[in-house]
Amino acid sequence: MSKTMCLIDASKCMGCRGCQAACKQWNQLPAENTTFTGSYENPPRLSSTTWMRIKFREHENENGGVDWLMSKQGCMHCTDAACMLACPAGAIYRTEFGTVNVDEVKCIGCNYCAATCPYTVIGFDRLANKARKCTFCLDRLAADLKPACANACPTGSITFGRSDELIEKAARRVEQLKAKGKTEARIYGLDEVGGTAMLYVLADKPEKYGFPADPHVPIQTRVWNAIYAPFRVFVVIAVALGLWANRSYSKKVEEGKNKTT
Amino acid sequence: MQLTRRSFLKLTGAAAATATLAGMGLNTASASAAYPLRIKYTKEVPTICTYCGVGCGIICSVRDGVIVNAEGDPDHPINEGTLCSKGSSIFNVSYIYEEKGKPIVNPKRLTKVLYRAPGASDYEEKDWDWALDEIAKRIKDTRDRTLVETVDVGGRQVTVNRTNAINWLGSAWCTGEENYLFHKMARAMGVINIDHCARL
Amino acid sequence: MTNHWNDYQHSDVIMAIGGNTAENHPISMKWIEKARETKGAKLICVDPRLCRTAAVSDIFVPIRPGTNIAYLGGLINYILENEKYHREYVENYTNAPYLINENFSFDENTGLFTGAEDDPVRSATKYDMTDWQYQTDADGNILKDTTLEDPNCSFQLLKKHYSKYTISNISKMTGAPEDTLRDSYEVFSSTGEAGKAGNILYAMGITQFTHGAQNTRAIAIIQLLLGNMGIAGGGVNAQRGQSNVQGATDMAILYHIIPGYNPTPQQTHATLEDYLAATTPEKNWWSNRPKYIVSLLKAFYGDNATDANDYGYEWLPKLDGLDHSHIPAYKYMRDGEVEGMICVADNPLVGGSSSRAKLHYQKNLKWLVSVDVVENETAAFWKGPGMNPAEIDTEVFILPAAFSYEKEGEKANSGRWIQWMWKAQEPPGDAKSDLWIVNEMFKRLKALYEAEGGVVPEQITKMHWDYDGVGGEIDIVKVCMELNGYRVADGSLLTNFVGLADDGSTACGNWLYSGYYNNLENPATKKRIKEKEGIGFNRDWAFAWPLNRRVVYNRASCDLEGKPWNPDVPVIWYDEAEQRWVGNDVPDIPGSWDFEYATENPFIMNPEGVGKLFSIGYQGVGGLRDGPMPTHYEPADSPVPNLLYPQATFNPCSQRFYEDHTVETDEDRQKYPHIATSYRLVEHYQSGSVTRNQPWLNEMMPEMFAEISEEHADELGINNGDYILIESKRLQSSDDGEQGNIKVKACVTKRIKPMLINGELKHLVGMPMHWGFMGMNTGASANDLTPSVGDANTTIPEYKAFLCNVRRAD
Repeated sequence: MSKTMCLIDASKCMGCRGCQAACKQWNQLPAENTTFTGSYENPPRLSSTTWMRIKFREHENENGGVDWLMSKQGCMHCTDAACMLACPAGAIYRTEFGTVNVDEVKCIGCNYCAATCPYTVIGFDRLANKARKCTFCLDRLAADLKPACANACPTGSITFGRSDELIEKAARRVEQLKAKGKTEARIYGLDEVGGTAMLYVLADKPEKYGFPADPHVPIQTRVWNAIYAPFRVFVVIAVALGLWANRSYSKKVEEGKNKTT
Repeated sequence: MQLTRRSFLKLTGAAAATATLAGMGLNTASASAAYPLRIKYTKEVPTICTYCGVGCGIICSVRDGVIVNAEGDPDHPINEGTLCSKGSSIFNVSYIYEEKGKPIVNPKRLTKVLYRAPGASDYEEKDWDWALDEIAKRIKDTRDRTLVETVDVGGRQVTVNRTNAINWLGSAWCTGEENYLFHKMARAMGVINIDHCARL
Repeated sequence: MTNHWNDYQHSDVIMAIGGNTAENHPISMKWIEKARETKGAKLICVDPRLCRTAAVSDIFVPIRPGTNIAYLGGLINYILENEKYHREYVENYTNAPYLINENFSFDENTGLFTGAEDDPVRSATKYDMTDWQYQTDADGNILKDTTLEDPNCSFQLLKKHYSKYTISNISKMTGAPEDTLRDSYEVFSSTGEAGKAGNILYAMGITQFTHGAQNTRAIAIIQLLLGNMGIAGGGVNAQRGQSNVQGATDMAILYHIIPGYNPTPQQTHATLEDYLAATTPEKNWWSNRPKYIVSLLKAFYGDNATDANDYGYEWLPKLDGLDHSHIPAYKYMRDGEVEGMICVADNPLVGGSSSRAKLHYQKNLKWLVSVDVVENETAAFWKGPGMNPAEIDTEVFILPAAFSYEKEGEKANSGRWIQWMWKAQEPPGDAKSDLWIVNEMFKRLKALYEAEGGVVPEQITKMHWDYDGVGGEIDIVKVCMELNGYRVADGSLLTNFVGLADDGSTACGNWLYSGYYNNLENPATKKRIKEKEGIGFNRDWAFAWPLNRRVVYNRASCDLEGKPWNPDVPVIWYDEAEQRWVGNDVPDIPGSWDFEYATENPFIMNPEGVGKLFSIGYQGVGGLRDGPMPTHYEPADSPVPNLLYPQATFNPCSQRFYEDHTVETDEDRQKYPHIATSYRLVEHYQSGSVTRNQPWLNEMMPEMFAEISEEHADELGINNGDYILIESKRLQSSDDGEQGNIKVKACVTKRIKPMLINGELKHLVGMPMHWGFMGMNTGASANDLTPSVGDANTTIPEYKAFLCNVRRAD
């Protein structure tokens, strides 16, 4: 597990989305064209230009009331990172901060990482043909600054610090929530996928927030990794050629369509 | 100007003690070469968020006279660096990122004096001199025709110097100095219909 | 705000009522969370919807829009019945023991106080307040009963008035379950114990009603009863919705006041002497008014203001006794009386009530000047929905303005902190700061009158106006100096308002700002020293009016001996050894007052010197038009009869300007059966003119919507995200014959529930107010539906409670 992490205490999230805007602001990401679909949650999913967002979920609770649960969704920076295993180009690597990053130069745009991610957090930039996701604000970490989301969060729902201290803090918070009657309160991300550098305190079951209850690296990904690892160079060339051929074909089809219309 | 100039490259306050990476034996020096900070070598200008009444501090990072980043001021006692979605997006008022991620000037910002003539279906671009003179003429024309100088109050002639023909709507967007002068100007014109967002 | 943002960390219980603080003042939650973390504080959210604040609250009390007085009156009753009040505080620091005239009474049938009579000018009720007075002895001293048992003392009158506000009644009126009401009352009234702090914070969900001022009065009564005024973590905290709405109010961008909360002269005040005689009490703070007014006139008219000419008093416009706030001002426009409008960074065609009607009234303007950073709806009205530009003769001047970080100046936050903003970049193109614009506008106007003469040109030409700096720019320091105040003889800056005089020797644009720019080198407003240890008052950060005081009425934070009620967070205390007041804050006690006088007068702004449970005008200060005690009246658009007072409906003193404008008949009630309320979202700001042009915010909140319950959606046969049409009496009665509704997307949510009001289920419809027809992100305006009826005292429109009908859009 990494030495530093973000603790995301979902029970303190009020959905102001300061983090969501701060992420775009710092990382210079363009806005998406969205529509209102019946929830405050927007954009509807993470993408190459939306690296984190706040999920809003409503549930009736046992007391006859309604819980409106909000929490941050973004790359978890897993210890057991499926994307790293899936990437045939070796473009996804673990940084010196213990986070998971995509090396854009090496990325060949095969999108396997996005397909295998148990949290569906990786976006695909079609213009540049690259996978993109949360970088944990590597440039800020390198300059001894907090990640933009943690820096913006008003309530202390997202905090950045030493892993050992934050794990302890998370445990205390869970006890506090349980004492307040939140019997399903728990830490999420300590055991899941080998531990995540985005550790959560949830006041309810993960599914209630829209998290997978049991995230894991797909078995196919592990098998695939075992097979291709010794032959990485060939695999990369083959996949790259395949993609190129596919894109050229698609382009021709597209052009053909344009001609007929 | 008495500013406690602070470099962004230092985390401030209690958080720094535990969160600083160098303090944990991580080699941030090599990392900072690999991942250069985009606001390095910028001038930091403190401002106050223009939205709600909390009055959060924001630091604008300025390079060559242009804001390149705007985020919470960690030295500000109220927000201590934090901001909501509006505050975090304040950069967008001036610049937006087009699809490929290139910053462009927000196309909705007004950059010219505009004039719409009676019955016209569009604006004409004008210069300040023309507009200021024309506005003065409109104010004078309306005021001179409508100013009530005196009224009879219980048999006594009272000087009232007011006009009900001009509305003045001001705003909480404006600074105190601006609003003070707006108030002076409105009262000098004899205006009594004055209001702003405290009621609106 | 009587307190300030950082001070929330000291609260034991925080009640957010009529203010969605997590959404509209998100950073407040930083300090609320701190209080919860460090001292186990509880957050109570009282709101019609399960809003973002409710989502993170400990107790959520859902109440019907427009029933705040019922809810708060229930709390007053709970406090009194269960003896939860702070006895020593109530007896000594409030007017609880003061005896009220025996003729005073309240009719529980009509819901009217003694002295009600018809007001033919407003076709409403007004009060003859002769009997709303204190009993006095022959020398004019107010009679008191410190046992609080006399039936005519304020305390007993309060007890009697609120005895009907039982939990069972309140539940029927508000729709909130009895258990939830009881829980919230019990938790909040626990702060009546000495040393405990209860904080009530509110916003427009308290003020924007026909009884808005009385809502705030109810809050004040509760905070006085529980001894929560003047202490750290307590207070009546109006959370200002805009960065400088506090400051714009201080500077009186309002018809009824001139800078520093001084009333605008009326035509009945023929001379300065008349004005001062009518507005200056014998005792306490406002007895200083002549110093503030003469200094203000010296700032306005400079050398032209002399003792001989009443300091230029005749040039100040005098009011005609009528209302000149924006609702009637637009009516005057409709009637053709108003022909010109200067609109500075304001957008009433989205932010104003009955905005669709206003769109049409603007056709009567000959000219319109709009100063803004974008082309807003008010400026673009001539191409708005249903408009034919060829038929509109209005000349429109749009002046491009600088955004906040493109100019410098001061803004006052809710906690009265006057903070300086430095300029980060130049505005784009030809855009200029409002300061430059007002300077140039006025100079041209003055030059025109000097050249051509005109009607009473002196009113303009005698105004002191000398702010030019170098290179065609305005010198802001000159404005700051005038606001701060200076000695006329040598131009030297005043340290604070204590130095102001009424003999023309000082000039000061706003006495409250005196001290904010106390020197040129390092003026107080520019101070940036964050507190390292202390109780979060940050006295070296910026300047808080008045006198850099962070908590007003802080004498009340101590007991009769001058010892803090809560020694853990002492605001001030009396130092016996030094024989003076000291502490973490600037004592709210004039230096000339001795210990006894200060103890008898902790509420220094009131001539009585104490807080008012029973609120009446005394020596020309205070008092409300619509009664000395808050009383439950229904909103103007009401779905049900007034349960407490059978013959009463809405506030009889409310400000009404249009006929057939609100829902008053059963027929209309059937036509518009649903309760509606409007509000803000964190992702947008006010009329949205700026935020709807920010792609990051549009991405999060891309479209106008209305929130309805699942039950309501089932009845309508619609799905989440479908379009619906919303109608109200206003669209029916507007001049626009075309579209009698607004079309919006439905947000079908569990967070809104049908409300059980006196046995009847009513649907609630919630709408954000940010959309209009201009900009990157356009949509229907909720304010097309809201009524132009005003609060009895302030004429703020009733945006927060009205009736509507909803149909599916096929």
